Amino acid sequence: MSLPAYAGPGETAWYYTYRAICGLIFTFLIVPIFVIIPLSFNAEPYFTFTPEMLAFDPEGYSLKWYAEFFTDTSWRNAVINSFIIAICATLISTTLGTVAALGLSQSAMPYRTAMMAMMISPMIVPLIISAAGMYFFYTRIGLGSTHLGVILAHAALGTPFVVITTTATMVGFDRSLIRASNNLGADGITTFFKVIVPLILPGVISGALFAFITSFDEVVVVLFVGSVEQRTIPWKMFSGIREEIRPTILAVATLLVCISICLLTTLELLRRRNERMRGLSPG
Amino acid sequence: MADTTMTTADGIPLKVSLRKALMRQKMRALMLVAPLFFFLFITFVMPILDMLFRSVDNSIVPDILPRTVLALEEWDPDVVDVPPEAAFEAMVKDIQEGYEAKTIGRVGRRLNFENPGMSSLFRKSGRRTKKINEAPYKEALIAIDDRWGESQTWRVIKKLSPKYTASYFLQAVDMQETVDGEITWQPEEYQVYLNLFWRTLVMSGIITILTIILGYPVAYLLATLPLRTSNLLMILVLLPFWTSLLVRTTSWIALLQTQGILNDLFVLVGLVDDDDRLQMIHNQFGTIVAMTHILLPFMILPLYSVMKTIPPSYMRAARSMGANPALAFVRVYMPNTVSGVGAGSILVFILAIGYYITPALVGGRTGTFISNYIATYISGAAQNWGLAAALGIILLALVLVLYLLYDKIVGIDNMKLG
Repeated sequence: MSLPAYAGPGETAWYYTYRAICGLIFTFLIVPIFVIIPLSFNAEPYFTFTPEMLAFDPEGYSLKWYAEFFTDTSWRNAVINSFIIAICATLISTTLGTVAALGLSQSAMPYRTAMMAMMISPMIVPLIISAAGMYFFYTRIGLGSTHLGVILAHAALGTPFVVITTTATMVGFDRSLIRASNNLGADGITTFFKVIVPLILPGVISGALFAFITSFDEVVVVLFVGSVEQRTIPWKMFSGIREEIRPTILAVATLLVCISICLLTTLELLRRRNERMRGLSPG
Repeated sequence: MADTTMTTADGIPLKVSLRKALMRQKMRALMLVAPLFFFLFITFVMPILDMLFRSVDNSIVPDILPRTVLALEEWDPDVVDVPPEAAFEAMVKDIQEGYEAKTIGRVGRRLNFENPGMSSLFRKSGRRTKKINEAPYKEALIAIDDRWGESQTWRVIKKLSPKYTASYFLQAVDMQETVDGEITWQPEEYQVYLNLFWRTLVMSGIITILTIILGYPVAYLLATLPLRTSNLLMILVLLPFWTSLLVRTTSWIALLQTQGILNDLFVLVGLVDDDDRLQMIHNQFGTIVAMTHILLPFMILPLYSVMKTIPPSYMRAARSMGANPALAFVRVYMPNTVSGVGAGSILVFILAIGYYITPALVGGRTGTFISNYIATYISGAAQNWGLAAALGIILLALVLVLYLLYDKIVGIDNMKLG
């Protein structure tokens, strides 16, 4: 959308006003993400810029909150828990989700809409309701306050993302490739790993990333299903904000922003690869 | 007469063979879906069913006071005020047994939801009924506490005798069943939940409208810019989308709190006085601002994908036929984006009404949602699982209705991510 040559003064004025408004909205979107980064280097335990920081006085800056994060055992446990839970949950949901997506995208699949609705329901049901139900049920069957319980719960929450992204890649999948592979003498398993997997891989990986981040960021279910033993990073942040608010949380938040930037980059690269492989023009 | 049925090479009729092949395909598809189906059934569907069960479950009284429940079956409170001696005997036996098994406190707590004071009555009686071992039981119980002689006490117990109850659902919509079996509104001072549902809906509505107002121009810009530029700007939308919810909530606390960045800035430029800084957090304002920010990408992305499909030639055609830019936009462009606005709104609204974390951290007292009450009733001081389950089921029903709407507008199959 560029300004046409015949635009009058009114139109020109509106054009620049509109751009300015959009600039403000982008600022609203992005400033809260970046404002915490400088704050995490605060030498004082405040959540705001001190006069020293504004004067760019080196005295006003410090790495001590990062040091606290890396040396504190309860934070270290939280990091370990977060990774264990997120990785296990991602493995479960990616495996089950990919296999189910293969079934769902077959034309012979009966009750497809109903099945699809059930498979993505964990994404639709509000987290507090899933968490409450899981709390009741997992306690009843002895999974409450265990790592396994939290992992299974997170795997359930992550599967819709894998199912959606993988079925989306399957839509553009040329089924005659499978017949061609069979025709050339490959059995089902060979065909799956040599033909199907490479083609749907971008969808599977982006689904897995969604599943990972869902588990990694998730706090409501952990709060209910888990106990202190299963304390994850988001749990520590949540209770930290509620009880004693320290800039260590800002240091952790900054590190998490870095992680999400990495994830975003990976996803963007995957998207481009997917489009290239399907012969679409790269974005 | 020659057989005219077509057969395959091995002599099976073609129809049968085809049916078999189709059946096999169907089975294969089902087998692929089955593992996830059962996994989700156990880890996700069963918990929801469990919650549904808890919202009507009333087994505490009949399980712990079985004899009393049986003895009260015959008693008609409208005929005789107080039940017969047999009921008192049954109650004494039940309390003694419950005191031994340490379950009697649960009955007291359950009855307390219906009639405050029952918890203390059972605590008191639990200790003292040990000494009662012969008739007359009625006098002995009344000697422990006068309330055993009151009709009200027994009516409440009789009312809670059935195994299932609608009382949690009634309570969740500010109603109650009186001991006479009438369904009425709760007393004014206990009416909280309908207001709370209303507040949740209104605040979610405001948040949805704000995301439309902020998301529409941005989505339009992204959809009309050249692809290279719009992909770069898209990062500004996707980065918040991918950033942890807690990180974004934390930064809103840093921005909005009274000693926070925005207030500091306002004081610096002289907009507000240092002594009366603005209270922008721990109230509805804080919740609305933070949640609008958090949910904005969920509005921009569906809007963008719809706007992307509108050919730019539409607008040019409208202009060439004499419409000024504003008219062309309102009459030609906007009607084409209705489905995107609908999809985005329902998505944002569904996400908003179930939110827990952000309202819990920045909502204070006035900015909390129904989810916060559900959480309190599960793990907080005022534990009441039945009520939490009933509130949860109502919220779930609300979400499912919206979900069906979403399905009508966009279709579940067309849901896209990122």
